[in-house]
Amino acid sequence: MTRYFARKIGLYILAFWAGVTIDWAIPRLMPGNPIEAYLARFSLNSQGSWTALYKLFSKAFGYNLPLWDQYWHYWDNLFHGNLGISIYAFPEKVTTMVAQAAPYTLALLVPAIVLSYVLGNRIGAIAARRKILDNTVLPLGYLFQAMPYAWLALAAAFYLAQLERWFPVQGGSAVGIASGFTWAYIWGLVSHWFLPFLTVFLVSFGGWSIGMRNLVIYELETDYARYLRALGARSRLVRRYAYRNAVLPQLSGLALALGTVIGGNIVTEVVFQYPGLGHLIYIAATDQDYSLLQGIFIFIIAGVLVANFLIDIVYIVIDPRTRLSMQGAVA
Amino acid sequence: MSLSVRNLRIAYRTLRGDVQAVDDVTFSVADGEIMGLAGESGCGKSTLGNSLIYLEGRMRHLGGTVELDGKVLPISDDRAMNRHRMRDVSIIPQYAMSALNPTKKIGVLARDLLKSRGTKLAKVLPEFRRRVALVGLPDSVLEMYPFELSGGMRQRATMVISTLLNPSLLIADEVTSALDVSNQRAVGELLTEFRDRGYVKSMIVITHDLSILAQIADTIMVMYAGKLAEKADAGTIIDRPLHPYTQALLSSLPEVGVRYEEEELTGIPGRPPSLLDPPAGCRFRDRCPFAFDKCAEEPPFVELLPGHQVACWKAAQDVAGSAEREHEEAAR
Ligand SMILES: Nc1ncnc2c1ncn2[C@@H]1O[C@H](COP(=O)(O)OP(=O)(O)O)[C@@H](O)[C@H]1O
Ligand code: SF4
Ligand SMILES: [Mg+2]
Repeated sequence: MTRYFARKIGLYILAFWAGVTIDWAIPRLMPGNPIEAYLARFSLNSQGSWTALYKLFSKAFGYNLPLWDQYWHYWDNLFHGNLGISIYAFPEKVTTMVAQAAPYTLALLVPAIVLSYVLGNRIGAIAARRKILDNTVLPLGYLFQAMPYAWLALAAAFYLAQLERWFPVQGGSAVGIASGFTWAYIWGLVSHWFLPFLTVFLVSFGGWSIGMRNLVIYELETDYARYLRALGARSRLVRRYAYRNAVLPQLSGLALALGTVIGGNIVTEVVFQYPGLGHLIYIAATDQDYSLLQGIFIFIIAGVLVANFLIDIVYIVIDPRTRLSMQGAVA
Repeated sequence: MSLSVRNLRIAYRTLRGDVQAVDDVTFSVADGEIMGLAGESGCGKSTLGNSLIYLEGRMRHLGGTVELDGKVLPISDDRAMNRHRMRDVSIIPQYAMSALNPTKKIGVLARDLLKSRGTKLAKVLPEFRRRVALVGLPDSVLEMYPFELSGGMRQRATMVISTLLNPSLLIADEVTSALDVSNQRAVGELLTEFRDRGYVKSMIVITHDLSILAQIADTIMVMYAGKLAEKADAGTIIDRPLHPYTQALLSSLPEVGVRYEEEELTGIPGRPPSLLDPPAGCRFRDRCPFAFDKCAEEPPFVELLPGHQVACWKAAQDVAGSAEREHEEAAR
C-alpha cells in the first residue's frame, strides 16, 4: 500500500513538473513575444519610448534574464505562491485575480455537477428498468446532452434573460449594489447564478443519467446477475448489486468532473458573462495575457492531478479489485 | 420418480423468428440418477437445462410440462418459479466461472443470496465450510473476492453455493469443459460425491464431451438440433449406440486432453442445421452416412430395446431385423 502510494505520488510530482514546465515554455516558444504584443496596443509613435517601455516591462516580467534563470525564478515564485502579474490588468497579481474569480466558478459548477450526478444516477438507474421513465426523461437527457451546449446556453440567455427578462442578462452580481450580507446583494448573486447553473445542470444531468442507464442495463445482463436470478434472488438484490457496480465508473467521472472544475466552464461563463475562472481564461486568451493564462493553467494542472489522485483513492476504497491488486494479492 | 419432462418445447424469440432450441422433448430422471446430456455445441442442451430453472429474456415456453417430485414446475411463471429455485432445482451454469459478482466476497454473496431466499447464512455455515473443504478450496475463500480465485476455483465455489439448499435436481452445464484433464476427472468425482452424500438427489450433467459422461453418468441422453436422438444406460450408449449421430460422436472422441471444440467431428462432416427453420424429416439426414428415403419423414423417439430409446429409421430397421433373425433361428 505504501509502495503503491509512493509510486503514485512520484508519478504525480513528475506530471506536475512536466505540466508546469510546458506551461512555462509555451509563451516563450510562441512567435513574437508577449511584451511586444502588449506594447503594440498603446500605439506608441516614438521608437525611444517604445524601447524604454519594452525594457521596463521585460524587467518587470523577467523576460530579460537568461532562459535558465527565468525557469528557475518561475519555480521559486511558484513555491512562494507568486504566480506573477497580469499583463492585461497590470499590475494586478494573478493570484488575486484567480482568488476573485474562483468563488464564482466553484459556486456555479460544484452544485451543478454534484446535483446532476446524484439525480442523474437515480433517474438513470430507474430508467434502466422502468419503460415509462426510459421513454420520457431519457430522450430529454439525450436532447440536452446532444444539443451543442453553447446553443442551449445562448437560447436560455436570449429567451429567458433578454426577451422575458426573468433573469439578469450578464455578470455575477447586481450592478450598483454594494457587496455585503444583505438581501439585495444575495438576491443579485442568486439571480445571476441561476441560468448558468441551470444550463450546466441540465447538460450534465443528461450525461449522468444516460451513462447510468446504460451501465445498469449492462450490469443487469452480466453473468452474475443472470446467476442470481436463476437461483431465485429477489430483484432488489440483483438491482443493488448492479447499481453498486455501475456506479464505479460514474464515480471516477465525478472525480474528474470535480477536478476540472478549477478550469471553470468557458462557454457558460462567456455566454452569461459570469465572472468565474472560465471567463478569466477567455479574457486572458483574447488579450494574449500569457502571464495570467500561465497562472490559471497552474491551477488547472494541479486540479486535474488532484482529481486523478481522488479517483485513485475512490477506487481503492470502493473497488476491491483495485485494492487487492495493489497489495499484490491477485491469484 | 424425480424429474419428468413431457413434450417440452422452448424457443428463443428473435427478430428473424423463433429459434426452436428444444423441440418436443420427453424424458425422465430418477431419484439418485446422474443423467448425462450430450451433443454438439448449439444442439439445445443449455436451453433445455436452463428452461428447467429460469427462462431468460428471449426464451419462451411453447408447450409441454415439467414435474419434479410429483409437483408441476411452473417454468413459464417467473414469480411462481422462485419458490423452487435453489431449493428444488438448482444450476451450475455454463458461465460458472463468471457467475459470481466480482465486487462481493464469496461469503457475503452467499449471505445476501440466502437472505433473499429467506434463509440465514448462519444456519448453513458449518455445512458451507464443510463443502468448501470437500471441493478442495481453502476455508478463507469465504473472505475472498471472486477475482482472487482461479477460474476453476470460482467454478467450485459456484458449485457449492448452487447446492447449499440441497436441491432435488441439479443442472451442471459444461462444468468440465474449460478444465484440463486431471481437473475434469476431479470435478467429475465431486459431482458423484455430491450425489452420494445427498447434497443433490439427481443431476443432469450437460457436456459435449462423452468421455466425462462415461466416467460419471448413469444414463446418457443425446440431443441433436433441438430433438432427442438417443437415450439409454451410460454403458449401452458408450458400447452399443444405435443412433448414427451417437456413433459419430463416439468415433470422433478426441485424444485425451484435446478439447472438443478444437476438433471437428471427424466422423461426420458438416454442421447441425439452423434451428430457425429446421429441415423436415430427420434433422441429421444431410450428414448421416446411412440416410435413405424413409428419412424424409421424421423418425419418432421410441424405445427400440428395453430402456433404450432412439429416434432413427435405420436403427429401428436394424433392431427389427435382428429380432426377426433371432426369431427365425429359434423357429429352426
Ligand atoms: N439468446 C439466444 N437467442 C437466440 N438464439 C439462441 C440464444 N441462445 C441460444 N440460441 C440458439 O439456440 C440453440 C441452442 O443453443 P444452446 O442451448 O446454447 O446449445 P448448447 O448448449 O447445446 O450448445 C443454438 O442454435 C443457438 O444458436
Ligand atoms: S433417421 Fe435416417 S438420416 Fe436420421 S439418423 Fe437415422 S438413418 Fe440417419
Ligand atoms: Mg451450452
